[in-house]
Amino acid sequence: MLLTRYIPCLLLKGAGLVKTVKFKNPKYVGDPINTVRIFNEKEVDELIFLDIEASPKNSEPNYKLLAEIANECFMPLAYGGGIKTFEQAQKIFNIGIEKVAINTASHSNLNLITQIATVYGTQAVIGVIDVKKNFFGKNQLVSNSANTKHKVTIEEWIKKLEEAGVGELLITSVDNEGTWKGLDLDLIKMVTSISKVPVIAHGGVGNEQHIIDGIKIGKANAVAVGSLVVYQKQGMGVLINYPNKKL
Amino acid sequence: MITIINYGMGNLGSVQNMLKRIGVATKITSDIKEIEQAEKILLPGVGAFDAAVRKIDEYNLRPVLNYKALEQKVPFLGICLGMQLLTRSSEEGELKGLDLIPAQTIKFKFENDPSLKIPHMGWNFVKQNNPSKLTEGFTEDYRFYFVHSYKVVCDNNENSILKTNHGGEFDSAIQKENIFGAQFHPEKSHKYGMHLLTNFSKI
Repeated sequence: MLLTRYIPCLLLKGAGLVKTVKFKNPKYVGDPINTVRIFNEKEVDELIFLDIEASPKNSEPNYKLLAEIANECFMPLAYGGGIKTFEQAQKIFNIGIEKVAINTASHSNLNLITQIATVYGTQAVIGVIDVKKNFFGKNQLVSNSANTKHKVTIEEWIKKLEEAGVGELLITSVDNEGTWKGLDLDLIKMVTSISKVPVIAHGGVGNEQHIIDGIKIGKANAVAVGSLVVYQKQGMGVLINYPNKKL
Repeated sequence: MITIINYGMGNLGSVQNMLKRIGVATKITSDIKEIEQAEKILLPGVGAFDAAVRKIDEYNLRPVLNYKALEQKVPFLGICLGMQLLTRSSEEGELKGLDLIPAQTIKFKFENDPSLKIPHMGWNFVKQNNPSKLTEGFTEDYRFYFVHSYKVVCDNNENSILKTNHGGEFDSAIQKENIFGAQFHPEKSHKYGMHLLTNFSKI
């Protein structure tokens, strides 16, 4: 039986690691290389790195930093942020990162996902779905670090991403991200009920029970966590941590 | 020294990183002359079966890989798609595999259980099926990182050295004499992967 994957999702801003709340107010939490070394020792299941500035600033991925990270990692690694072309994805794979996570670019060029999946396999592409509640409390698809809204429904978009060739979905509730209040289980349930590929649930995990809820109630295949692994407790200082027991 | 075959498919950086960490010298190459000199061969691979076979033939590597594996009998390890390439064929494609171990590659099928997803992606346990130098010292808690949509089925049980369960057991590591295959990614599996690659470096 597959073990439940419990994945630190780490946010890059410049050369530093930050943590946001609802995709806003990035707070510096440390140096990515040191953090990776700690996670390596703790034998984490997997790591996801997201550059939160790359798309809004329209900048290239920070290949030098990613190469340094990859050199330290003996676990699966995913990177997302500012990937717009096949060549950029290729550079990231050559560094030794085996998955790319794509959101913003897929909205203008869905073929990018197909291009990457054809050469590197579907397992190499994570479709990123960021969801934010609108004024009326309805779920809306967003991208570009939640700066751009999309009209397409989440259901339709998942279908399109799967047809294009994503091997996995990372679903993030913008409203819950960084809040410690738990995953948006209704959203996760909805996504896992229609998705054919594995789903990583993200946004709001504040304790181990939230992770279990994501798997048991949300039916997610993996849960991504941020605050819980970079802070000691809500409102307290930075402490890189990872439970050594299997949930 | 382990020679890592570079045929344009897959993640050579991470395999090399881990071998470096455990103190094993490596050379990454697609040069036939250099491969002829290899003491040990590692065939990595990520992606589609036919695309990989096409690349191997494009670089004209089939004869030299056959020679090293079957004539010279150097230790030879295929990882992930590299292991599937050791089989005669795959349901993923139409081209012929290297056919170095009597086995075939077939698709996972879970029509009756939607909770079992494809690809089989994540950490899973391995169970020793036949003793092997590659898996010496493995204990019950050994787990590895898998990512694949197709699985290998050996013709003969004796060639299956590890088994893993995902909607039924499949062969997660295989061996025929000096030729080995691992379906999972040792280079992404922490100390467990280091153990396997250390074992391989000592064969």
